[in-house]
Amino acid sequence: MSGFKRLWSSLIDNIARLGDITRFLLRLLIATPASLLRFDLVLEQVYNAGVLSLIIVMLSGLFVGMVLGLQGFQLLQRFGSEEALGTATAIGLVKELGPVVTALLFAGRAGTALASEIGLMRATDQLSAMEMMAVDPVRRVVVPRFLGGVIAMPLLAAIFSMIGLYGAQLIGVQIMGIDSGSFWSQMRGGVALADVNQGIVKSLIFGVACSLIAVYEGYNASPTAEGVGQATTRTVVTSAVMTLFLDYLITAMFL
Amino acid sequence: MRNSRSLSIGTGLFIVLGFAALLFLTTQTTNRGIVFGSKPHYDVTAKFDNIGDLRVGAPVSMAGVEIGRVVSISFDSKDYKAVVVMRIGEQYNQIPSDSDASIYTQGLLGGKFVGLTAGGAETYLKNNDHIDFTQSALVLENLIGQLVANFAKTPAASDSGQAKANPPATPEKTK
Repeated sequence: MSGFKRLWSSLIDNIARLGDITRFLLRLLIATPASLLRFDLVLEQVYNAGVLSLIIVMLSGLFVGMVLGLQGFQLLQRFGSEEALGTATAIGLVKELGPVVTALLFAGRAGTALASEIGLMRATDQLSAMEMMAVDPVRRVVVPRFLGGVIAMPLLAAIFSMIGLYGAQLIGVQIMGIDSGSFWSQMRGGVALADVNQGIVKSLIFGVACSLIAVYEGYNASPTAEGVGQATTRTVVTSAVMTLFLDYLITAMFL
Repeated sequence: MRNSRSLSIGTGLFIVLGFAALLFLTTQTTNRGIVFGSKPHYDVTAKFDNIGDLRVGAPVSMAGVEIGRVVSISFDSKDYKAVVVMRIGEQYNQIPSDSDASIYTQGLLGGKFVGLTAGGAETYLKNNDHIDFTQSALVLENLIGQLVANFAKTPAASDSGQAKANPPATPEKTK
């Protein structure tokens, strides 16, 4: 009986959390126009979320692309259509791996930084101090970080996909000896603009989700060292699960 | 504090790189490539009985070299044929006017493309000309259908009634 009760209360807790996050999102969206006037703050967060994640995203993209190139080549060789490697890797990267892996990396690199930064501000009463000075901490601290993440994420995903394609090309064309002309021309024939658009929509939605979860967890962290740690952990876990769940949802919607 | 100028430069570079990657993905991986100051070209039309799954953007090649692309596909309701408009680069302006166009498949699983074979006429194709000699796409289903029909003739006859149709089929098989 107590197990059932605990399950029930945790379900209620999670529903309440979902409602809280949604209300927080509305609050952020209402504060967004005012924050856009201080665009230098947003730009600084684009630097924090985007530029500082660039190296890890580019490196991961290169290796993911190279692995796709190797695996795809092995598989396609069985059917004697190695030239389709370009199409296969491009579709795989642009539609799925680019947005999803970038979102996971983004949650790990930028999301944790956001959550722990805002959580520490909460723990050290910096947010309360702002309120005392009649500065809205949501407008001054949270929204710029949220917008920075939302702007950076699609760009990071696009960079990931592009680097990944060159990684696949490196393996397929330079090492395995596929003709480079047919690699690119089959890709051009096989990838539709709708595929690229799907990837962009996905990365945008993942960007909103991951940034939102990070700033929400940070903003609502318990003001202790332990609380900040928990907020950071929850950010990564929730972001990863939400990314994969949303990925399924969006893919099903686009089909 | 971080130096604000290098911060701006870093952010700017990141945004430029990001949009360059987006541009690359939308133009270079798809067939919607932006042609900067479109190259000189001319259009040629051909009518096919059946184009299979030829699509707009498919290459037009001659001797295996890509010389143009399919720019539009429409249906002629008068003679029930597919009208394919091909855009060919101006540098390939010496294609004999009696050349023939066929639809081929790239590899086993590849897409369809139009292949031109040179004729022997002295005049060359010009803008808005027609290619009169065309050969339709090989539709795999039709081929398999014919194959199955051919196979079905002999064994089916031996199964149902040996007395009726070609009796040599049975000894042939048992050999």
